[in-house]
Amino acid sequence: MTTTSTQRAAVERLAPQRPAPRKKRNWSMAGRIVLLLIASVFILGPVLWTLSTSLRPPAESFQLPPSFLPLNPDFSSYDQVFKQLNIMLLVLNSALVTGLIAVGQMFTAALAGYAFANLKFRGRGALFSIVLATMMVPAQVTIVPVFMLIRGIGLSDTLLALILPAIPTAFGTFLMRQYFLGLPSDLGEAAAIDGASPWRTFRSVYAPLAMPGMAIVGILAFNYHWNEFFRPLILTISEQNFTLPLGLVSLQGNLGTGSISVVLAGVILSMIPALVVFMFGQRALRDGLTAGTGK
Amino acid sequence: MSTATTGMSTKRRNGAGSKRRNGAAPGSETTGRQRQRWLPWAFLAPTILGMGLFTLVPIVASVVLAFFRWDIISAPSFVGFDNFAEVVQDPTVRVSFLNTIMFVVVAVALQLGLALALAIMVQEKLPAWLRVFFRSAFFFPLILSAASVSIFMRYLFNEQFGVVNWLLSFVGIPAVPWLTTPAGSAAVVILVYVWQNFGFSFLLFIGGLASIPTETYEAASIDGATGWRKHLHVTLPLLSPTTLVASVMAIINALQVFDQPYVLTRGGPGDSTRTAVMVIFESAFQRLEFGQASAIGVILTLIIMAITAAQFRLSKRFVFYQ
Repeated sequence: MTTTSTQRAAVERLAPQRPAPRKKRNWSMAGRIVLLLIASVFILGPVLWTLSTSLRPPAESFQLPPSFLPLNPDFSSYDQVFKQLNIMLLVLNSALVTGLIAVGQMFTAALAGYAFANLKFRGRGALFSIVLATMMVPAQVTIVPVFMLIRGIGLSDTLLALILPAIPTAFGTFLMRQYFLGLPSDLGEAAAIDGASPWRTFRSVYAPLAMPGMAIVGILAFNYHWNEFFRPLILTISEQNFTLPLGLVSLQGNLGTGSISVVLAGVILSMIPALVVFMFGQRALRDGLTAGTGK
Repeated sequence: MSTATTGMSTKRRNGAGSKRRNGAAPGSETTGRQRQRWLPWAFLAPTILGMGLFTLVPIVASVVLAFFRWDIISAPSFVGFDNFAEVVQDPTVRVSFLNTIMFVVVAVALQLGLALALAIMVQEKLPAWLRVFFRSAFFFPLILSAASVSIFMRYLFNEQFGVVNWLLSFVGIPAVPWLTTPAGSAAVVILVYVWQNFGFSFLLFIGGLASIPTETYEAASIDGATGWRKHLHVTLPLLSPTTLVASVMAIINALQVFDQPYVLTRGGPGDSTRTAVMVIFESAFQRLEFGQASAIGVILTLIIMAITAAQFRLSKRFVFYQ
């Protein structure tokens, strides 16, 4: 550590201080900012258009020039989306499915992750390898047997059909195992010497410390399942069990016949919870998404 | 820091030790150990049972099912490799796999190129608030649902009234028939997919760039390397482990593309934007050919496994580790 900082100091002392490159660097920074701003316009523009078009009267939806800023907001499309679509039911379904999956994943992943990290048992390595290997098989490939299984246990076309199969999580287990491995092991030893049972050691010593890790698992689960489309498309049949993305796609219709601003109002409403997570849990979401990639 | 922790734990351990001397009977330790034998399984039960039922059994079942003909109504019959033979010869399946491969090649190249260029620009000297803004902006599409994104993008790419063609008209490009022609539809699916997903590769590159020590750049600039040459000779080699991980993850995700083409084009016009997962979906849940759907799924899984295996090989040969 100290050697590198002295090296750096030496490098700084040796480097000739010329004024010319600094000016050039400022220009290159300005150029970079312009390019980055253009990229941000391409990323945020479509979302802004969606927001401002949802706030225009339905008749003006396709009017050109388009509007990117909602200067005179008109909420009639939001009234309409509540009338044309049972959006409260969709929100409730999505919230129920997403919430139960997230909580379920947090608990089951914490328990399993703890066992893989801190408890010794026969076949631990082999079992963990199997858990990791299941991540290689995409959910789309196993959907046919899952669909049969759901039918077999009489859960077809229920919200439980979406919830139950999504609770056991290989990635969450992996994440929690890494998290528990990062906690000092002498905490557990101390508790054991104190006479705490292994369950108490987990419950009172490790689980509270692992809350940030569990939060990452929960936020990742929320982000994925709030937005997921493929499984609900297959596992739900009647409209009363639809989740938000499914309801919105059916509102737009195969030929795009739904009223544009009304559909877009629904899209904006469906984004609100994700936006809340974005604002308060962005850090956790970023850490979770890049976990297990060697960083 | 580490000394402090050790000191603290030693203190705790001493306290705990004295407590044991006073209280616990020696016999309780053996029962504790016996209890520990089944205890890990209690922790594992929800995950292992759940994964067994909803992941492992379905994996085995879909491999088995690939050798049967089954339409749910009549009893399944064993047909050997017939499903695979039929699937491989089916023109729709062939076109869909070709589409998927084309999609993966173009989308992943765009996604990685864009992500890398933007990550390098964001990580260089920049006012802190701007860096936070750009990072959040590029990350933002990842929190949206692919279905919702495809819903509003479908309007933006409308031939007559869409914003995209309106903008293109200013540079003299006549209305592009985006969603009504095979090439236009394929382009839209790729653009919408990359729009939403490049942020993931961007995050990985940001992490990779942050782990390159600044001394390396200082040394390079003393040697006279500037601007893009510096990135070509320093950043790219040192970033190769990240690039490998980012490309493998991008390829695996892109191979499973479904939501965007389903909502944007329903696979059309014709079969021009039909993908591998779309034919799995259609043969299973529209034509009730569950055996064929499973066969297609097995082929897709084998491709994904081959790519994952290739990653390990490649990382040994080409990746430069510090």
